[in-house]
Amino acid sequence: MGDGGRGILMTLAALAAPLAVAPAQAQVPAGPPATRPQLTIGINQYPGTFHPNIENMAAKAYILGFVRRPVTAYDADWALTCLACERLPSLENGDAVRETTPDGKPGLRLTYRLREGEAWADGTPVSAEDLRFAWEAGRAFETGFGPAEFYRSAYELIVEDPRTVTLRLDKVTYDFAALGDFQPLPARIERPRWEADRQGYRNRTAYDTETTNPGLWNGPYRIGAVQPGAGVTLERNAHWAGTRPAFDRIAIRTVENTAALEAQLLAGQLDMIAGELGLPLEQALALQKRTGERFRFAFTPGLTYEHIDLNLDNPILADRRLRQALLLAADRKQIVERLYEGRQPVADGGVHPRDRMYDPGLPKYPFDPARAAALLEEAGWRPGADGIRRNAAGERLSLEFMTTAGNRSREQVQQILAGMWKAVGVEARIRNEPPRIFFGETVSKRRFGGLALFAWISSPENVPRSTFHSDEIPRPERNWSGQNYTGYRDAEVDRLIEAIPVTLEPEARRPLWSELQRRIATDLPALPLWHRSDAHVWPRWLEGVRPTGHQNYSSLWVSEWRVR
Amino acid sequence: MLRIIALRLPQIALTLVLLSLAAWFAIGLMPGDPASLALVSDPRLTAEDAARLRALHGLDQPLIARYLAWAGALLRGELGYSRLYAQPVADVLWPALRSTLVLVGSAVGLAALAGVALGGLAALRPRTAPFVDAVALLGQAIPGFWLGILLIILFAVGLGWLPAGGAPQPGEAGWPFLVLPVATIAFGQMAAYARHAAAALSAELHRPFITSARARGAGEGRILWRHALPNAAVPLLTLLALDAGALVSGALVTETVFARPGMGKLLYDAVMGNDYNLALLALLLVALVTMLATLAADLAQRWLDPRIEER
Repeated sequence: MGDGGRGILMTLAALAAPLAVAPAQAQVPAGPPATRPQLTIGINQYPGTFHPNIENMAAKAYILGFVRRPVTAYDADWALTCLACERLPSLENGDAVRETTPDGKPGLRLTYRLREGEAWADGTPVSAEDLRFAWEAGRAFETGFGPAEFYRSAYELIVEDPRTVTLRLDKVTYDFAALGDFQPLPARIERPRWEADRQGYRNRTAYDTETTNPGLWNGPYRIGAVQPGAGVTLERNAHWAGTRPAFDRIAIRTVENTAALEAQLLAGQLDMIAGELGLPLEQALALQKRTGERFRFAFTPGLTYEHIDLNLDNPILADRRLRQALLLAADRKQIVERLYEGRQPVADGGVHPRDRMYDPGLPKYPFDPARAAALLEEAGWRPGADGIRRNAAGERLSLEFMTTAGNRSREQVQQILAGMWKAVGVEARIRNEPPRIFFGETVSKRRFGGLALFAWISSPENVPRSTFHSDEIPRPERNWSGQNYTGYRDAEVDRLIEAIPVTLEPEARRPLWSELQRRIATDLPALPLWHRSDAHVWPRWLEGVRPTGHQNYSSLWVSEWRVR
Repeated sequence: MLRIIALRLPQIALTLVLLSLAAWFAIGLMPGDPASLALVSDPRLTAEDAARLRALHGLDQPLIARYLAWAGALLRGELGYSRLYAQPVADVLWPALRSTLVLVGSAVGLAALAGVALGGLAALRPRTAPFVDAVALLGQAIPGFWLGILLIILFAVGLGWLPAGGAPQPGEAGWPFLVLPVATIAFGQMAAYARHAAAALSAELHRPFITSARARGAGEGRILWRHALPNAAVPLLTLLALDAGALVSGALVTETVFARPGMGKLLYDAVMGNDYNLALLALLLVALVTMLATLAADLAQRWLDPRIEER
C-alpha cells in the first residue's frame, strides 16, 4: 500500500483510538514480573535476505544485531569499538603499520585478533578461516556482495593463527580500523556452497535456505524460526560467551502498516516497537499523548538528514544570494516545533551535532524574512503586482519544488515551506512523484527543475564525497553515476574532500572539516532542514536499550537489555 | 463439459502468454531499476558497485532478451528466485497464495451464505426487505479498511478477544487471526449476494412451478431451498466466481490493515521492488486462479441449468 493509503489508515486510527485505549490499559498487569521468557518486538520491514554481506537493509541490520557479532561497530556514543576482536588496530599499538603496496602506493597492514570464546551457536569457534572465507567471497565479482569498496582495497588477507588475521589495504584512510560489513562467515557451512556455484551463491547461501542452522549465528541469540514476510523468532545462543541476555526468546514481528503496528502494540501482541524501523515521529507523538504512562518513549536524533537539493543549473538558483534567502525565509524551528514538537534538531548542514567533527561555529541561518527580502532585492528580484518577485527581464521568481509523493510528512513540510517563501515573494510550484520515479529517474538524472526534498542516510564522520565532489555530478557519459545531484562545483571543497580521509590524526582533520562545513554552509548547494529522529516505544519494564542513531543498531547490545 | 474445458484451456494459455509479455514490458519500462534504488538507500554503494550488480543480475540486457530468457526458463519448469526475498519463487508464492485462498475462500463462503440467507428472508418475508436492504446498503457503503480498523479497535484493542492482526507464531492457533479479516471482507461482499439473491428468489417464487409446488402441499422451506434456489443460483455463481478471482489480488487493503501476508501484498511489493520474476509469476498465478474460477462457475452453471450452451 502506498503512503497515501497508510495516511488514511493512520488518520482513522488516530480518530478512533481514544475509544479503545482505556479498556486496553486496564489489561496491563499490575506489576511487571522480574523476568520474562519472551520479548515481542514490532518492526515495519521484513529483510530480503539474512546474509550479512548481501544487500543493505535496515530490517536485516536490526535482526542480525541480535544474532551476529561483527568485528567492529560504532557504539551508542558514536565511538568505534571492538565487538568480536580484542582491540582496535592503531598506529600507536602497532596493530596498524604503514607500508607500501606492491604497486608502490601508500598502504596499511592491519592485525585483528578475535576475542577468545567467540563461537557459533553450534559450538564451533569463530576462526580466522571464517574471516578468510568472507574476504575471498567478497573479492570475487560474481558473488554479488553490495558495497565492494572494502574488498577492492583489502588486497591480501593473511591468517596468522586460528584467531588472528592480517589485512593489507592499498590506501590509508582515517577510518581504517572500522571493518563495517566485513564480518566472519562460517566457512565450513558457506564455503562449499560458494565454491560449487559462485554466481548462484546469493540464492543458495545457508543464510536463506537453512536460516535456522545454529552454525550461522554468533551473537547472543540465534534464529530459531522464520515465518517469511511475517517475522522471526530468536532463541538463546547456548555458546554465547558474553553477558547472558534477559530473555529466553525474542519474537520479531513485521507489520508494514504503521497503523496496524500501533494497533498490535495497544492490543498487547507486541511489547515494543523498534525506533529504527517503527512509527513515524508524528504518529509516535500522538500515541504518547493518548497512552500516557503506559509505555516509555524515546526520541533519538539520528543520521538521517532531511534537506532540499537545489539544481544549480537553474539560472535562478545559481545565484548564492537567492539560495541563502530561501533558507533565511524558512522558519525551520517553527516547523519542527509545530509538526514534531521540537523532537528533531534543526540541521545546520549534513554533519550531525553529535558527530565529533561537527563545527558549532559554521554559518547559520535563523529565520529572518527581512534579511531574506534584502538578499532578494540585492539579487535583482523586486515584488510584482501579484506578490511574486520579478527580475529586470520580467521573469517571475518561480521554482519547481519536488518530493516523494505519498510521504505525508514531507508533503506537509513542502506546503508550509511554499507558504513561507510566498511571504517573501518566491513562488514554489509543487510537483511530486512516486519514490521510485523520483529517485530512480528524476533526481538521479538531475531532471528536477529547482528544489528536491529528500533525505540522506550517513554514518559517523562520513565524508560527503558522493554528494559534493565535482567528480560525482551525474552525467550521461558516466552512465549517471554519482550523487552530486545539485551539480555543485568548488575546487577547494574537492580538495578538502580528498584531504580529509587521508589525514589520520583527528586533530589534524578537524580544521579541514570545519572549513568544509563552512564552505558548504556558505554556498548552500542544499538547504539543510533537520536530522530525523527515531521514535522508540518500550514497555515500562524494559531497561538498558540504548538507541544509537546510526547504522549499528541498538540490537547489537541486546545483552545489556534488562527487565525491571 | 469436456468440450468446454477443451475450448477454454487454449484460451487461458494464450491469455497468460500475452499477459506475461505486457506485464514484463510494463514493469521493465518503469523508471528506476533495483541497482539505482539501492544506490539511494546505501551511502556506501558506489556507482561502480551499482554497475557491477546490474551486470551480475542481467539488468544491463535488453528487455526482450530478458523476457525470452525468463520465458525459456519457465517452460523448462524453472521458476527461479525472488530477488526481494532471496528465496525460490515457489517458496514465496505458495504460502502467500495459501494464506489468501484461506482468507478469500472463508470470506466469500461466509458472504455467500449470509447473503443468500438474507436474500431468502427478504424474498419469503417481504416485510423484512427494508431491513435486508439497509444491511446490504451498509455493507456496500462502509469502506473495508475503515471497517477493519473499527473491528480491530473494538475486538482487539478494546475487548482483547482477538489478535489485531499478523500471523500466528509457530504452535499458535491460526483461526483467531482469521476472524476479523474474514468478517471485514465478508461484510462488504455479503451485500451484493443479498441483493442478487433477494431479486432472483423473488422472481423464482412467483413462477408457475412454485405455485404448483405450493398446491401440492410443499412447505415454504422446501420450496425455497429445493425449487427456487437452484434456479436463482445461476447469477449468484457468476458473482461468486468474479469475486473469488478479484479478491485473490484485491485483498491488498485487508491484508495491509491486518498485516496479513498474502497475494495482494506480495504482488504490490514485487512490482514496487522491481522483482520481475516474482511479480510476473504472482500476476500470472492470480490471472490463472481468476480464469479457473470463471471456468468452474461456467461449468457449475451448466450443471445447474443444462439449457445454457457454449456459444
